[in-house]
Amino acid sequence: MALPDLAKKPQRFTGGHRACAGCGFPVTIKIILQAAENPVVVGCATGCMEVTSTIYPYTAWRCSFIHTAFENAAATMSGVEAAYRSLKRQGKIDKDIDFIAFGGDGGTYDIGLQALSGAMERGHKLVYVCYNNQGYMNTGIQRSSATPRGANTTTTPAGTHLPGKPQYPKDLTAIMAAHGIPYAAQASMSHWNDLYRKAQKAFAVDGPAFLNVLSTCRLGWATAPEDTVDVAEGAVQCNVWPLFEVENGKWKLTFKPKKPLPVADWMKQQGRFKHLFQSDNTELLESIQRQVDEDWQRLLELCGE
Amino acid sequence: MTLSSQTKNLLKVHQQVNVNIEPNAGWRDLPIGGVIPQAGTATQFATGDWRTIRPVWSKEKCINCHRCWLYCPDMSWISENGQIQGVDLTYCKGCGICANVCPAKVHAIEMHPEDNFKDDEVVKEG
Repeated sequence: MALPDLAKKPQRFTGGHRACAGCGFPVTIKIILQAAENPVVVGCATGCMEVTSTIYPYTAWRCSFIHTAFENAAATMSGVEAAYRSLKRQGKIDKDIDFIAFGGDGGTYDIGLQALSGAMERGHKLVYVCYNNQGYMNTGIQRSSATPRGANTTTTPAGTHLPGKPQYPKDLTAIMAAHGIPYAAQASMSHWNDLYRKAQKAFAVDGPAFLNVLSTCRLGWATAPEDTVDVAEGAVQCNVWPLFEVENGKWKLTFKPKKPLPVADWMKQQGRFKHLFQSDNTELLESIQRQVDEDWQRLLELCGE
Repeated sequence: MTLSSQTKNLLKVHQQVNVNIEPNAGWRDLPIGGVIPQAGTATQFATGDWRTIRPVWSKEKCINCHRCWLYCPDMSWISENGQIQGVDLTYCKGCGICANVCPAKVHAIEMHPEDNFKDDEVVKEG
């Protein structure tokens, strides 16, 4: 679909929300909601998205919206979806409705993981979207299990004792794919066409779907607000955030950089990595690059490239 | 006292908030569970007053690619029948993403400091 045609569809997320200037997730929401053909019911875990879009008595949502606690967006939406199926069986509802659970990486990778795993395993027909900004940005930039190695956060402060976060992020998309769900995919807000197509697929499958979408946090990543899209693009171009999908167990790469950029190029764009460019951290920088290369090779093998 | 027409507009938007809540309402007056009965009430909250730089759009240069519409986090770019009509400054926070994603060869959007517009829009009260 061409963008001018996409703009003709009514939008379900409005302006007037209180996210930072240059925030990434409203773009992620916009693209995903434009891909939904049916009315949607949204459940949202506590996080930036929930806090900034529903400050009482304002709501930026033009669809049904349920705020849940940090850990149970997937459980809440499981219940809503089960109730819907029951009402449909009884003939009390006849229209088709799509169900979306949104969570940040804190609410998905860490706190909401068991609720998410349960919902996927039970096979509810819902789309779980993780808008991944690689940290607990809403509460003041703490590290999460999605934060990249070496990133400066308030709980892994870069200094004389620690060069930022010591651990690598975990591969949640692969964990979700291992649940054997019909559709799991990794996308970025910078590649809208890819994200739009993946969202369409996620809504179409008869069962649970999981989308892990990189959404820039200009505050936590310490980037200029106007660079939001460029930085998300950079993560894809240097293979830190590869775009792929797993459809019924089949892995497929959906974007391959022509010539992958060095990870350092992407890191230089962000203030959270600036300490890595001091001379005593070159070894760490090199080992991060080696890890990214290894992960990329493994992904290529999985995708049969 | 002088107010720019834009500030007046923002004030008006803020005063329109009538989301079932009177200024002296107590907790008994709020819907149970903090439910917000209407959808999209955030449109009554003008975030445009956060802005320090303003996007200025050239209709002549615009190729209607809609990248500004897509990547605007504040749904500020107005598109009607597939045509970009301009930017709604009520919500624009001045992040500058639109000017950045506008193709370099097209360059239809430029960011200018808000100060440059002060004189343009000063209106006399009363």
